[in-house]
Amino acid sequence: MKTLSRIYLMLVMVFLYAPIAVMIVFSFNSGSSVWVFEGLSFDWYKELVFNSEMLGALEHTLIIAVLSAVISTVIGTAAAVGITALRHKISKSLVMSVCNIPMMNADIVTGVSLMLLFIFFGRLFGLTESLGFFTVLIAHVTFNLPYVILSVLPKLKTTDANLPQAAMDLGCTPTQAFFKVVVPSISSGILTGFIMAFTLSLDDFVISYFTCGHYQTLPIVIYNMTKRTVKPDTYALSTLIFISVFVLMILYNSVQGRSEKKRGESR
Amino acid sequence: MKRLISLLLVMTLTVCLCAMLSGCGYEYFDITYRGTYDRSLEGTVLNVYNWGEYISDGSEGSIDVNKEFEKLTGITVNYSTFESNESMYSQLRTNGVSYDIIIPSDYMIERLRKEGMLKAFDPKSLSNYDLIDDAYKGLYYDENEQYSVCYNVGMVGIIYNTTMVENPPKGWSAFWDEQYKDNLLMFGNPRDAFMSAQFFAGIDLNTTNKNDWDRAARLLMDQKDYLQSYVMDEIYGKMETGEAAIAPYYSGDYLTMYDVNEDLAFVYPEEGTNIFVDAACIPFSCQNEAAALMYINFLLEPEIALANAEYIGYASPNTAVVNNPDYCYYQNEILYPAQEDMPKTQYFYDIDDDIRSYYENLWIDVKLY
Repeated sequence: MKTLSRIYLMLVMVFLYAPIAVMIVFSFNSGSSVWVFEGLSFDWYKELVFNSEMLGALEHTLIIAVLSAVISTVIGTAAAVGITALRHKISKSLVMSVCNIPMMNADIVTGVSLMLLFIFFGRLFGLTESLGFFTVLIAHVTFNLPYVILSVLPKLKTTDANLPQAAMDLGCTPTQAFFKVVVPSISSGILTGFIMAFTLSLDDFVISYFTCGHYQTLPIVIYNMTKRTVKPDTYALSTLIFISVFVLMILYNSVQGRSEKKRGESR
Repeated sequence: MKRLISLLLVMTLTVCLCAMLSGCGYEYFDITYRGTYDRSLEGTVLNVYNWGEYISDGSEGSIDVNKEFEKLTGITVNYSTFESNESMYSQLRTNGVSYDIIIPSDYMIERLRKEGMLKAFDPKSLSNYDLIDDAYKGLYYDENEQYSVCYNVGMVGIIYNTTMVENPPKGWSAFWDEQYKDNLLMFGNPRDAFMSAQFFAGIDLNTTNKNDWDRAARLLMDQKDYLQSYVMDEIYGKMETGEAAIAPYYSGDYLTMYDVNEDLAFVYPEEGTNIFVDAACIPFSCQNEAAALMYINFLLEPEIALANAEYIGYASPNTAVVNNPDYCYYQNEILYPAQEDMPKTQYFYDIDDDIRSYYENLWIDVKLY
């Protein structure tokens, strides 16, 4: 039975990671094909430095991902605090379902409707360009928000609602109580929400496609290459991104694990 | 909180790092220009909308066209890409962004022009316009030379693997030939797939007769028995690895595949084939026309056009490139067939909505057949 479950686990792993493994292998191809492996080389990694189009797009993607993750973490945490403070059950569930809709909605519907909204307002204010940096940013914040709220809410529920009250009794101002007592106790939820928002924004294609205008992000630029061949330098870049995300995740998990252990000991 | 801030710092650092990376690496070339360029438009922005991988971008030691233009004129090039004529068209139609230069294909230029979405200009006022081969001036979509300057030319041909076929295919009839059964690939989009049947049956590519389209659709249904699959860019993999033996594709892309697999050969179909032209146009939403004209003239510069032609691998309409003995495809018989080897060619025209939806429905029937 145990071997059977191990084999099953192996199969799942192979299915999940085989495509990434193939991509990594082909990023070291010395030929220009992404189909025929001709030999081992680092040429495409060197080539990457010269590919201004792709690096420019990567820069766009990272800027949007960082900014939208920060903004949606701030707004989302505030929203989660507000939602827990709601007294009526009905209004609470109403607000929750409203905030879940963007998550359930098909990306393409969100994308098209946001685009129409932006263009409508752009025309209203007589802008020549309604789509661009700010519209992608707004769009990304929009679809990131529910994920942040959903990762912060459970943390708020498990913290004692009387804690900030107690802090204020001991002389904290309400702001101090929030930042010194509430935020530290929900910080792991905030961090999860932030990372979630960051990764979602990093690989979003559909919504960005409709709202980006000139500000094309990496997934869009790569998609636009598919009429011709995609060159292995795309693989090299994807490999680098994969490795950095991988390292980030390992770091995050180890930090998380250590802090949990510490907390366990202090109790 | 501390962790959050350190995470943020790391991310900002990465952003800065790749901003720095995209700046360095490239060394400017010493280029002699034929036209004159001034810096009167310094500080303005030019929005260019082109096909993906359709400009020399500095990779593998080539010229980075946009960077050289920015250095020369001080104009900032805001370069974005599209993946098909149709997606470019819908982006343009939504009016959400303004573009100063677009590079669509022939039939799309015709449609944009019909719908009044292009701005007329005078290509003859460009000092390098005389470099364009007369054969690519005043084409059907722009008879009076008012809307476009040709950028690239290509033809569809048949690619085959010499080790996998005994008798090389001669034309479109190969796609109905028993001996190649299950080794054939076909375009996965309606217009190009119908083209194979239309040439095979001698039907005009731009026919408005619905019976002709029906006839072509029936041929495509017969053809389907012989096909391995419908493909678009998967064709590179299938041909390079020898998974399929025969496929139609563009002449320039054949040369890319040949670099990987030298068993591949290319032939222009005897029945005739489709020719296409991609040309630079100025859309109606243009905000910086003077810079757009400067950019178009810049694209025609002998050294810039040469870099583009070598990077893209399609045929160039620029005589300064074609007649340059240093050009890596100089007198290449596939890109530039001699007069007597030139296949019969036909352009796609813009087809009106009624016929388009008719053949698109037929295409669905063919796919479900």
